Amino acid sequence: MFILKRRTPGEAAFDWANGVLMLVICFLTLYPIWYVVVNAFNDGTDGMRGGIYWWPRQFSLDSFRTVFQSSGIMTAMGITVAKTVVGTVVHVLFTAMVAYALSRGELIGRKLYMLIGTITMFFGGGLIPTYLLIRDLGMLDHFIVYIVPAMFSFFDLIIFLTFFRDIPDGLTEAAEIDGAGDFTIFLRIVIPVSMPVVATIALFHGVYQWNDYFTGMIYINETDLQPIQTYLYRVVAQASSNQMIAAMPSGVAVGVTSQSLKLATMVVTTAPIVIVYPFLQKYFVKGFMIGSLKG
Amino acid sequence: MNANAEAPNPAAVRAFGSERRKKWLRKLYRQRYLQLMALLGVAWMVVFNYIPMYGILIAFKDYDIILPMSQAPWAGLEHFKEFLTDDNLGNVIRNTLGMSLIKLIVGFPLPILFALLLNEIRSARFKKSIQTISYLPHFLSWVILGGILATWLADVGIVNKILLALGFIDTPISYLAEPRYFWTIVVTSDIWKELGWSAIIYLAAMSSVSPELYEAATIDGAGRFQKMRSITLPCIKGTIAILFILAVSGLLNSNFDQILVLRNSLNESASSVIDVYVYQTGIADGRYSYSTAVGLIKSVIALGLLLGANYVTKKLNDTSLF
Repeated sequence: MFILKRRTPGEAAFDWANGVLMLVICFLTLYPIWYVVVNAFNDGTDGMRGGIYWWPRQFSLDSFRTVFQSSGIMTAMGITVAKTVVGTVVHVLFTAMVAYALSRGELIGRKLYMLIGTITMFFGGGLIPTYLLIRDLGMLDHFIVYIVPAMFSFFDLIIFLTFFRDIPDGLTEAAEIDGAGDFTIFLRIVIPVSMPVVATIALFHGVYQWNDYFTGMIYINETDLQPIQTYLYRVVAQASSNQMIAAMPSGVAVGVTSQSLKLATMVVTTAPIVIVYPFLQKYFVKGFMIGSLKG
Repeated sequence: MNANAEAPNPAAVRAFGSERRKKWLRKLYRQRYLQLMALLGVAWMVVFNYIPMYGILIAFKDYDIILPMSQAPWAGLEHFKEFLTDDNLGNVIRNTLGMSLIKLIVGFPLPILFALLLNEIRSARFKKSIQTISYLPHFLSWVILGGILATWLADVGIVNKILLALGFIDTPISYLAEPRYFWTIVVTSDIWKELGWSAIIYLAAMSSVSPELYEAATIDGAGRFQKMRSITLPCIKGTIAILFILAVSGLLNSNFDQILVLRNSLNESASSVIDVYVYQTGIADGRYSYSTAVGLIKSVIALGLLLGANYVTKKLNDTSLF
């Protein structure tokens, strides 16, 4: 280990400056989010004057109440939750299953399968050919468009593969002798011993599903099928507060404006990620390293 | 060596061959479920990766929704010529490359610098907390970030309030409505979102540097900056090279999600990039063949950039992607 040595005055000064710099970076990271949060908790009409920086000036929960009463927003939220849960489970199980098969040395045609996959990492069809395919498959305006086109990723497969190769052969062989089939071995042995990598991919894909607005934007016309991010995209990017006003149930509190409603929806949409991710951090840093070792 | 080996009995070879085939078939049968698992993945890739690749053919055709793709008349290189003589071409290329180059020049070194400085923090708990906070913006969607930016840059937003108070401006500016601010907004918000996240991979590389190297340097009287420069940086050189190759090959990729959220009809002259142009002409205008041709030009150049950057990095310091 390091030899303990007194810091020279220069080094101490560096440590202080560095520490302060890091605190400044943390502030610059958190404050833009905080600014939105305090404005969301402020009365909407009062907020239109601006100047709310640290704490709500006229504290009000009306915007949030309106969000939870708006059937449009709640439907979109439900779609987001459903696509995130179903999409993540399907993506992780399917990609891991293919990875498990490819991790077995005796698999006939393994090299060919790997080649087929590797090519997909460098070439793709692009936006329009993919759009036409989805259209021809009849997936437009179906919930399935969130799940099936996203259920596999060769990049994620490589991360699984790297992990699966390190599973001792004895573990699977013992199960084989006991007469377990390949699907049973995969579900009962391989998945349970691979929880760190499963958690990593689940987090990455879960965040993708939660944040993805593009799928809902180009493949879905049905308002009842759009996720909350697409809903917000239409409000934020196209600056059409009409949809926001339309989302307001009648008899809304006076202090709720389309802007404050937008802010409250943003806070409600982001809160689950902000709450969950610090707990999963230890997994994804590990998973990231597995992935980066492979390059 | 006996005579039999040089002139084998044909019947014996056939028997041996069929024996081998039988063995192979038995092996195949034994792994039928494994094969099923692998082939499901291959089937998915054929449908969702390879059929769209085949679909690129419409770039060379006049495809519309009336006829199926196979019956659409050939157009040769017409769509490519059209794009190369399009009035929008100059603007689209300028915006794409301009923003990408600024992101590369400013955004590429910053995470390395951040990782180097974070690596010098001595308290493990402090370091961990900074990491947790700095990764956070990566997990926000661009839609949310677009909303945050719109709030910040609004007429009554904090940016205008501060600049007014300091006397830099007399009237509030609608930043997102003015083309000349667009690139700055894009680059700054991208750095804000990804600084911490991009640093992870460098921090991972740094954590595998042997402590003995630092120890030896300390005994030799090396200071902090010297150690950073002569030990840490050389040790993560390979990681930097690989990420640099990837960054260069992505020069024509704009952050589609980001631009799509921040663009509007007022800042169009600064915000229309290749990806948005492909989306606009393809999905919005329904010019499928033309849009695919533009996308194809982009992918071919991107592949060229990848191979070029890979070649140069390999020549310079022996590290490469492949």
